[in-house]
Amino acid sequence: MNRTPSGLRSHSQKPAGTLVPGLVALLASLAAAQAQDRVKPYAVVREAIPLSLTGKPGDPARGRAIVANRQVGLCLLCHSASIIPEEQFQGDLAPDLAGAGSRWKIGELRLRIVDAGRFNANTIMPAYYKTGGLTRVGSSFAGKPILSAEQIEDVVAYLATLREVKK
Amino acid sequence: MTAARRIFHILHAASLPACAAAICILSLAAAPLRAGDIPLNQRQSGYDTMGRDTRAMQDDDTANPATLWLLDGEALWSKKEGAAGKACADCHTDAATSMKGVAARYPAFNTKQNKPLDIEGRINNCRTEHQQAQPLPFENKDLLALTAYVARQSRGMAIAPPPENMQPVVDQGRAIFEKRQGQLNLSCAQCHDDNWGRKLAGSAIPQGHPNGYPLYRLEWQSVGSLQRRLRNCLIGMRAEGYALGSPEYVALEAFLMWRARGMKMESPAVRP
Ligand code: HEC
Ligand code: HEC
Ligand code: HEC
Repeated sequence: MNRTPSGLRSHSQKPAGTLVPGLVALLASLAAAQAQDRVKPYAVVREAIPLSLTGKPGDPARGRAIVANRQVGLCLLCHSASIIPEEQFQGDLAPDLAGAGSRWKIGELRLRIVDAGRFNANTIMPAYYKTGGLTRVGSSFAGKPILSAEQIEDVVAYLATLREVKK
Repeated sequence: MTAARRIFHILHAASLPACAAAICILSLAAAPLRAGDIPLNQRQSGYDTMGRDTRAMQDDDTANPATLWLLDGEALWSKKEGAAGKACADCHTDAATSMKGVAARYPAFNTKQNKPLDIEGRINNCRTEHQQAQPLPFENKDLLALTAYVARQSRGMAIAPPPENMQPVVDQGRAIFEKRQGQLNLSCAQCHDDNWGRKLAGSAIPQGHPNGYPLYRLEWQSVGSLQRRLRNCLIGMRAEGYALGSPEYVALEAFLMWRARGMKMESPAVRP
């Protein structure tokens, strides 16, 4: 295996839509326009989204519950999280979330969750607030981001509390 | 399905496997690996990473629940079906001889239908064409039983590299395998080539080989086909499944068999 530090090799990936014939492209852009309603615009400033997606701070307790839930946050499919010891079934495809709030500023955490591909185009971490550029999305998920703006703010607020314990 | 047709050279059926396998070994055996493919000597069956209890279940036919399906399959093999009133055994006689190694080289290209058929498709083709019976729907109990029984005759045999006329299908399967899909924007390769052996929510990601199918999955509490397994992974990716029996699944199956060429067949295996 040829593993890069992030645990991934790059599978060549054509940008979606390059070969789509006209009608399909039109339908896709209509779908994307509808999907945009669920994903409000945000501004990226120097590898970060400085402003809250909702205009309000999130709730760290709710954020913890989302991160801990493998069906909602999905984080523990890939990440381990020593700060959530009650969840036994954790992944080891991605770094332990402990200390994330020391490693990253809050705006960087927000961009990481919204669109992790901005940091590493080949990442396996899904973009949680994105509906465009995806292929063959299951019908019950089509046009919806993985998490809502409110949920993302809760997760970001929780991650920001995860401080490295000084030894 | 094509219209039912009478076939005369029934006795030739049993002589097909050997020559087909010989051709394939010459043609595709040296097909090059691409960056990111699992090196041949690092490949391992899903069997190798499962727990001791599950392995013990697979090792012992009396403990393997799939044996019930095998027994059904054996009975169906000799049951007359359809307007032709023929049983599989009427044409193929003893499965232990006629079906030996067959599942290890499917999907195969069917020149009469001008398309690749997986083993389920091939069995259904015999139903419609030779027995003049209705095709069985996917995941139907009888189809699973017959498939398990046919595949059992290849247990322990090496998966044959697909012949030259399957190359376009294998390539199509690879393209699907490497394409990011679904709301989670993942490809099969990102889990099964790049991250096998690592843990996804606490359980090890297997390399994703097709060598045990159809198999008894504890989570299903049933025997299921390879296509059902692939659909499960697509659901996990939050991607739209293909219709069971569709060309996309057959292409994926063909690519997975190419990827597993030389590995030993375990059908019907057990998996968690
Ligand atoms: C499909 C796998 C996957 C899922 C699901 C996933 N991540 Fe990640 N995440 C990764 C990988 C892999 C990295 C390592 C960097 C990279 O490759 O992008 C990463 C990196 C991160 C980082 C930065 C690394 C660090 O220093 O801590 C944070 C923070 C993070 N993820 C948070 C989350 C949160 C919160 C969730 C759930 C809302 C989540 N991730 C879901 C795979 C995943
Ligand atoms: C997020 C990671 C992930 C992705 C993406 C994924 N799989 Fe899987 N796959 C798994 C896991 C985990 C298992 C084992 C499940 C279990 O045993 O509970 C598995 C099992 C399998 C198996 C069965 C292996 C065996 O030994 O029986 C096959 C075949 C397979 N996957 C093929 C695919 C294909 C083809 C795709 C793309 C359509 C795909 N997978 C996408 C994680 C993934
Ligand atoms: C009337 C005769 C007849 C009957 C009945 C019949 N088959 Fe066949 N089968 C054939 C012939 C002939 C072939 C060779 C391919 C062809 O020309 O269709 C074949 C091919 C096959 C193959 C592929 C063999 C290979 O080497 O690729 C399988 C598997 C198979 N049959 C399974 C079955 C099963 C299972 C049944 C019962 C459900 C069955 N057949 C019933 C005549 C029959």
